[in-house]
Amino acid sequence: MSASTLAPKAEANLEKAHEAAVMRCSGVWTLQGIPLLERHIAQLAWPASGAVIFDGAAVTALDSAGAWLIFRTLRQLERMGLSVTIRGLCPEHQALLQLIQTHASGESAPGLPRNSFLNQLGRNVWRHLDEFNGLLAFLGEIAVAMLRSLAHPSLIRWRAILYNLQIAGFNALPIVGLLAFLIGVVVAYQGSIQLVRYGANIFVADLVGLSILREMAPLLTAIIVAGRSGSAYAAQIGTMKVTEEIDALHTIGVSPMELLVLPKMLALLVALPLLTVYADILGVLGGMIVAQTQLNVSFSDFLDRFDDAVKVSSFLVGLGKAPVFAAIIALVGCFQGFRVSGSADSVGRQTTVSVVQSIFLVIVFDAVFSVILSWLKI
Amino acid sequence: MNGANEPIIEIRHLHTRFGNAVVHEDVNLIVQRGEIFALAGSSGCGKSTLLREIIQLQQPESGSIKVFGCEVQGMGSDQATIMRRRLGVMFERGALFSALTVAENVGMPLREHTDLSGALIDEIAAIKIALVGLPESAGAKFPAELSGGMRKRAALARAIALDPELLILDEPTAGLDPLSASSLDELVRHLKELLGLTILMITHDLDLLWGVADRVAILGEGHVLGEGTMKELSKSDHPMVREYFYGPRGRAAWEQTWNRK
Repeated sequence: MSASTLAPKAEANLEKAHEAAVMRCSGVWTLQGIPLLERHIAQLAWPASGAVIFDGAAVTALDSAGAWLIFRTLRQLERMGLSVTIRGLCPEHQALLQLIQTHASGESAPGLPRNSFLNQLGRNVWRHLDEFNGLLAFLGEIAVAMLRSLAHPSLIRWRAILYNLQIAGFNALPIVGLLAFLIGVVVAYQGSIQLVRYGANIFVADLVGLSILREMAPLLTAIIVAGRSGSAYAAQIGTMKVTEEIDALHTIGVSPMELLVLPKMLALLVALPLLTVYADILGVLGGMIVAQTQLNVSFSDFLDRFDDAVKVSSFLVGLGKAPVFAAIIALVGCFQGFRVSGSADSVGRQTTVSVVQSIFLVIVFDAVFSVILSWLKI
Repeated sequence: MNGANEPIIEIRHLHTRFGNAVVHEDVNLIVQRGEIFALAGSSGCGKSTLLREIIQLQQPESGSIKVFGCEVQGMGSDQATIMRRRLGVMFERGALFSALTVAENVGMPLREHTDLSGALIDEIAAIKIALVGLPESAGAKFPAELSGGMRKRAALARAIALDPELLILDEPTAGLDPLSASSLDELVRHLKELLGLTILMITHDLDLLWGVADRVAILGEGHVLGEGTMKELSKSDHPMVREYFYGPRGRAAWEQTWNRK
């Protein structure tokens, strides 16, 4: 792009005189001029021994990049055992070359060290173990902070809890409601195709009731809240860490655990079960509407069947998962926030990690619940 | 590169306002090639705004700003790119890219604007890092790992990466301890002599104004209150300019410079 044909040229030609090779340089030895020159110089046929004279009389402009190229070339020649003399450079160019010479270090800047595959594998395993360890330690710290505030209820920050309840709970109502409703519609609709075939229309209540109440509503709500609030927790705490606000809290004598983490945790422990119940209701409503329009099952028939088919235990199983999911989301979000170090880049990275990790853990725990509950035959 | 009286920046009848707040009211300034020009004035007098207008981050309301003889406003994007290659900017808080190492930060303008090979770019970045007085090991570090003074130096290294003709420094010594500040003074003067730069800087630092700047303009109340060498300005009878010089800190810096001579 920048190597247009109009770019000024820098040139270097090697002339072999009888006693010394003369490198005759001309043109504009600046950033614009030297890109081609760099390759050209590498291909010049230097004599194997003897002397080289660098003639810079025709160089019309020189910047520090050009001066570096000269210095680098001459240094290379000297290492090859040639003796080098410089002539013809004007005083300003000479001064610049001198400047580069005095600041040139032995070698070029060291690149980042590259690790072998095994090395990297080891590091990654170690990093993940370390992170898991940190997560457990963080869980412990939260537990201690929670016990302490139970012992001294005056330490609990009710305002912060209510605020978080509004942000994570109340403000999430529209999106959670809409998505739960749509999932109810989808489940009922997909089921209806099969049920009609067997004339078992009424069983849509079993299908919708069990799948929404036991699995869909708690999982869906947890995933939405992890994306909405878990990420916000990580970003907020992470940014506060970058701007040293966390350190400021420590020096003022306020524990970030009590001010930032506990209110979020407690608020989410309340909000997520409530949101789950709300998602239950709207999910079933979505199923009912499809049942009426597609399967000719009226609302009252649906609810009659729903009453027989879905036991209270199914509802409680779904509801019981919600606090666990809430704890996971708040724990991971805050933990990743505290892992932010230094830069803006790190805030973004940890926020992403927090969402991925909390959704991952929510689904893992959901699976664990299924296994345990099937053992217990609930 | 010759012609001592060639204006690099030429600002005429500049007006800027934010809502009802008038920032600039008929500001006129000329920066000549090869000089170190300082903009001074109390906080909020529109120095930074003026700088942002020169480097096209902000639009003035009316008036003309010419950089390298080209009108900045309404400039096409190709022309703006060419102009930006000719000037280097060091922001007040460094504005180093936190995801990149110092060497990558310095090499970035080179990578974007030239066709040099990666190896040569790394070497040029290393020499710039050495030029601003950073140790060789600083190149592989991330900005977050550097101290405030080192970060300023790294930012300066990035600003001079393309060997700009015009170097713009926003508060180069703000937030530095006196020792680092005076070595940065030294560095700026040194670079100007060796690389033949024109420097426009914004500063409150009276030592920098007395010791380094060739000419100074003091901004206030939307106007240029005074312009000239520090010596000329010290004879000004404008109350705000006098306040600048004969306030307690102004006196101390003045005396110090006087005794040095």
